[in-house]
Amino acid sequence: MNSTKYMNPYLAGFFLGLLLLGTIYITGRGLGASGAIKSGTVAVVQSIASSHTEQSKFYEEYLAEHQNNPLKNWLVFEVIGVIIGAFISGLISNRLKFTFERSPKIQVRTRVAAALFGGLLFGFGAQLGRGCTSGAALSGMAVLSTGGIITMMAIFGGAYMFAYFFRKLWL
Amino acid sequence: MGPLVPDIIGNELNFVVALFIGIAFGFILEQAGFSTSQKLVGLFYGYDFTVLRVFFTAGVTAMLGVVALGHFGLIDINLIYINPTFLWSALIGGFIMGLGFVVGGFCPGTSVCAAAIGKIDAMIFILGSFFGVLIFAEGYPIFESLYKAENWGYVRIFDTLGMSQGLFAFLLTAVAVLAFWATTIVENKVNGKPNMEFRPVKMYVGLTGLAFIIGLSAFFLPDISEAYLNEIKNESYVNSYEIKSITPDELAFRIMDNDKSIQIIDVRSAEEFKKMSLPKSLSFSMNELFNKSAERVITVKHKRNVFIADDELTSRKAAILADKLGYVEPVFLKGGLNEFKKEILEFKMPEEIKTRREADTYRFREKASKVIPVLIEQNKNKIIPKKESKRIIGGC
Repeated sequence: MNSTKYMNPYLAGFFLGLLLLGTIYITGRGLGASGAIKSGTVAVVQSIASSHTEQSKFYEEYLAEHQNNPLKNWLVFEVIGVIIGAFISGLISNRLKFTFERSPKIQVRTRVAAALFGGLLFGFGAQLGRGCTSGAALSGMAVLSTGGIITMMAIFGGAYMFAYFFRKLWL
Repeated sequence: MGPLVPDIIGNELNFVVALFIGIAFGFILEQAGFSTSQKLVGLFYGYDFTVLRVFFTAGVTAMLGVVALGHFGLIDINLIYINPTFLWSALIGGFIMGLGFVVGGFCPGTSVCAAAIGKIDAMIFILGSFFGVLIFAEGYPIFESLYKAENWGYVRIFDTLGMSQGLFAFLLTAVAVLAFWATTIVENKVNGKPNMEFRPVKMYVGLTGLAFIIGLSAFFLPDISEAYLNEIKNESYVNSYEIKSITPDELAFRIMDNDKSIQIIDVRSAEEFKKMSLPKSLSFSMNELFNKSAERVITVKHKRNVFIADDELTSRKAAILADKLGYVEPVFLKGGLNEFKKEILEFKMPEEIKTRREADTYRFREKASKVIPVLIEQNKNKIIPKKESKRIIGGC
């Protein structure tokens, strides 16, 4: 069976904008993603080396904010929702399948290394920049935050700046 | 008035709300095609600008919505999360994320979305981002000074640029529309054939038109708070506005009677309020009446709100403002606090009393002039510091 077409991008954007607006109206905060990865990381470190989290300032601050339960975080619930929502969408549109996506011109291990390293950079950058494409750039733009818009321009500007050097990964 | 959290939706229920918002978020991202890295990075090589289209349409829609809600007083902008600005970390963090984007082909939200439908490369990306967070966490003492440098606080872009919110919103909308147009041309050139899907059909024209109209209206119409404050500057308007009042005698009686159904909203300055204030009164400035903290107090059920200021005109203005904001039956103090002081607190028995009714009134005032100052004194220690609503913590 062929997978169905993607939604018209403007329509999808319009729906996404309404969702973001509703989120801000109801909860007073925007959407996000990287925050949940942070919660996950803290939870993992806490469970395997709890003495370490008591000594390090980063974990200490984070755990104090979350009453010692790093997973009791709005974004964790939201991201669980994202997984469910994306799964439902994939199910409806016939896109559920274990696949490994890469440009045919590169080897599997190149793509693995690139995905791993790209994720690492994004994870790190999102911590430094206080949010990722959703939490800082998109939500920041919605509330016209100066920092959010700077981050947005830096993400896209940075990507364009570096795109040339990594063109072999994609083209 | 928004946001609904934490008053209407509690913090626990908010987690359930988060789950449903997430479901919608994931569904839309996947439907838009954000679950494939080839499509995501397309905008950096010119062959597929889907991400730009979805991202900017969403950003502009939400931004205009927030502007409009704030404009019509439906959301308290002081309570919603505005991403704080730390210049260097925003810039450098952003560049690193940009690099991560072209190397890894995802961003955190889209990687979760792609992993949910079985993309193995996305799962590897997520694993990588765990390590990224770990490196930041472990190296936090090293990065902390950069992380916290150049703190500009919760600033908003139009203030930074020194323009009005409406103008910025309009410019941003215009830039987005231009970008949609220009990138379609680039895309067609790169792919060597026009993308039939993105011909400017009626819907785009409609949506763009709608966005423009909203943007323009936000640009031309003054803010609702500004409009109201301007209206009450006009004295003849204020004096002809139909609004109920309460006499100093009645107010004095209700204060002495410890009448729980009235609530006094004092719009004088906070300093004056601290110096002398009537029992059971709360201090709000005229501007604060637009905030959610005021809404919380004024909408308490079965309470009549008496608006007071030094003079009658200002008291009247405050009550009118409350009426315009939709609060039920606000009243103002006739003659203002000055009259109240003269007639009640500093009451002097006149030498000549004509009628019996007058005699009753004077007797009451004499009693009130002894009782109320004592109540005021007692109340001084009981002034409850106003509960400041805190900005909601958000962000990643």
